[in-house]
Amino acid sequence: MSSSATPAVAAKPPSPAEPVVSLVEASKAFAGVHALREVSLELFAGETHALVGENGAGKSTLIKLLAGVHQPDGGQLQIGGEPVFLSGPGDAAHRGIAVIYQEPTLFPDLSVAENVFIGRQPLRPGRRIDHRAMDRAVNEVFARLGVRIDPERIARGLSIAEQQLVEIAKALTRSARVLIMDEPTAALSPIEVQRLFRVVEALRSEGAAVVFVSHRLAEVFEICQRVTVLRDGQRTLSRPLEGLSETDLIRAMVGRDVLTEAHEQHAPSRTVLEVQRLTREGVFRDISFEVGAGEVVALAGLVGSGRTEVARAIFGVDRYDAGTVRIDGQKLKRGSPTAAMSAGVGLVPEDRRQQGLVMEQSLARNIALASLRKLRRAGVIRARTEREFATDWAKRLQVRYSRVTAPVSTLSGGNQQKVVLAKWLARKPSLLIVDEPTRGIDVGTKSEVHRLISQLARDGVAVLVISSELPEVLTVADRVLVMREGQLVAGLTREQATEEAIIAAGTAAALPSATRKTPS
Amino acid sequence: MARERIAAALRWETALLVALAGVFVAGIAISPQFTSSYSLFTTCTNIGDLAIMALPMTLIVIVGEIDLSVASTLAMSSELLGVLWLHHWPMGLIVVVCIAMGALAGLINGLLVTRVGLPSLAVTIGTLTLYRGIANLILGATSVSNFPSSYTAVGVNGFLGIDSLSWSVAIFAVLAIATGVMLRMTSLGRSLYAIGLNQEAAFHAGIRVKRIKLMLFVLSGIVCAAVGILYTFELSSAAENIGIGFELQVVTIVLLGGVSIFGGTGTVVGVALAAFVYALLRSALLLTPSFNENDFQVVSGGLLILSVLVPNLALFRARARELLARYRGKRARHA
Repeated sequence: MSSSATPAVAAKPPSPAEPVVSLVEASKAFAGVHALREVSLELFAGETHALVGENGAGKSTLIKLLAGVHQPDGGQLQIGGEPVFLSGPGDAAHRGIAVIYQEPTLFPDLSVAENVFIGRQPLRPGRRIDHRAMDRAVNEVFARLGVRIDPERIARGLSIAEQQLVEIAKALTRSARVLIMDEPTAALSPIEVQRLFRVVEALRSEGAAVVFVSHRLAEVFEICQRVTVLRDGQRTLSRPLEGLSETDLIRAMVGRDVLTEAHEQHAPSRTVLEVQRLTREGVFRDISFEVGAGEVVALAGLVGSGRTEVARAIFGVDRYDAGTVRIDGQKLKRGSPTAAMSAGVGLVPEDRRQQGLVMEQSLARNIALASLRKLRRAGVIRARTEREFATDWAKRLQVRYSRVTAPVSTLSGGNQQKVVLAKWLARKPSLLIVDEPTRGIDVGTKSEVHRLISQLARDGVAVLVISSELPEVLTVADRVLVMREGQLVAGLTREQATEEAIIAAGTAAALPSATRKTPS
Repeated sequence: MARERIAAALRWETALLVALAGVFVAGIAISPQFTSSYSLFTTCTNIGDLAIMALPMTLIVIVGEIDLSVASTLAMSSELLGVLWLHHWPMGLIVVVCIAMGALAGLINGLLVTRVGLPSLAVTIGTLTLYRGIANLILGATSVSNFPSSYTAVGVNGFLGIDSLSWSVAIFAVLAIATGVMLRMTSLGRSLYAIGLNQEAAFHAGIRVKRIKLMLFVLSGIVCAAVGILYTFELSSAAENIGIGFELQVVTIVLLGGVSIFGGTGTVVGVALAAFVYALLRSALLLTPSFNENDFQVVSGGLLILSVLVPNLALFRARARELLARYRGKRARHA
């Protein structure tokens, strides 16, 4: 694989008969626990292959085998029919396998082009870096993908969607034949998802083999031709998508039928949260809204429209410049999560692993962390009281765990999210803010979380939900507020709220972010 | 895994206990003087001071910070005590002033770390030098040693008449129990571990991360100033360069005690055991003919490296295994 600057996707024309890359009965165990058992996977040129399964089903492990991060314990990896051993991620990249992760990690102080060519910059005589050739090549790739990002702009401040495009450009300039996308749409808004899909289609028609991992089955049907379903580290289904329904996939994933959920309308009583003209310079301005007890209000809009920032300001983890937040009529001190908590506010943050949980600590410690004062008897917390408290809440939320003293890092994503919810519900909040309640959570747990939110409203809690998934918004919300570029642009009632109406309000007059050219 | 972790912690503390017994036996074998009440008392006096300073240091390292200015704060307190005594201030007032000065020194460290947002390693390397410089300015080249014997008795007589038990160790024992209970059983203790493991998650759970860290630095300053007073009386002298290099001994004891340099884990029991292993080892080795203080530095440095290395051995083993697998794979391909 010569590292030429000219992007070329497929050396060979698409031939669906023979897989470009395949895993043959690959197994992988960690510390004696099987993550994958004799799983086979065939990736064909010119095909987008969906990889689905609940959290903990083995998708990540499978991707890591393809990416050279792990080596299979049993079975083998074949490229072009030849068994190969990947010595590391560099080796995989060299052989034309590229992985694009959910949240790419670029070097924030380097330009887009420098990021694309990191570690293999084209050189001019005298070993000087040829910036012009880099920019040209990157522009060419972006043109082919139909997106516009200035190759000379600094990576800092790129949206996640734009960062993914930079990663894709990186893969293309390396002439990747296999492109693995690990939940690329999890952090994208609907518009950005559509643009990504156009790019994926373009790549596929040029003969690339694409692996697409997603929890959103609608997307799988929209973009993929073939599907492999994993459950408990084993393959339960692998065939062309044609003729399959969502129910078929869900059954293969969870081994049973999952009921579709209907919305349950709640009637708000007194006002709990009252936000007036809340402003943070350059982030959001003049935000005013209310949430009543027993009501679920969704805050929708594109990623980066300021939804999360408003929530963080209300809870006090971020500061704001002007405006007021009132809880039950009492003005809330700004910039103090402790004050917000004593007023009865809880925040289930967007980033579960970084902000929601202390991963190395036990379930018990995590659930008790926000209720330590309550657990004190004569200034002392007894480990047993803490365990009983945590067990009680873990049971109420149906967390599946081995022991309450096991670290939360041993749980699946869905159960981790339930632990975060348990931590806050244990405080009996009057207002609960939930940011992306089901990001990266499997189908079965997702509907459990939705039922929980509904139950909270029934118990008289005011709930503010932030979500990028429109079906989720429509399932849980009694009212939908839409933000665009830091402003509240629409308040939709249950009847007015449709996917189309939310998208229209969230995007009108706003250009998709990747076409935005930043002033240099 | 939690059980494994508890088991690992137990193993670490068990290992320290075994080491303690080993050092004791070796000490007796080396010299009969080792168990004389004079020798034990001296060892005890020395280690008590370091061990008391190790307690706030343990808390600071658990939250993921470090305080290297401890010995310099001790010196400021000691030399301030000396100079004020020369000026015939009443002892009660001197003690109050010294402690207040320690609190101020800790406050400056804490404010620079929590409000300005500088890394504590850099800040306290700075104040290590700064406070040491101030200390030497306070007293200059004079040394003060005309303290009444009722004060300096702490360096001669044992606690409650027990010959081999020094005051410093007795004070340490009381403080260690209090610290241990705080760490294990109070909400503050839970908060400290949570901060050390994931500061952001702790903040999101309503823990006042900055305030707690600031408080710990102030506490460290107060404790070190108090030890400065105690140490001066033990030596019955306040002079230039008092307690020089103590900060590294304190850090060594804390890390040897199983407190992770990355924050989030560690127990007072471990630190207490480590303090005595360290002290008895030093005492035993120094009784060995032809073994001097410089030789002990080699041992002390080695101990520091070992105590960081050993808890991470599993990690290194896994990495080595992975590398080996890759190497074998490459050879298989070339074959």
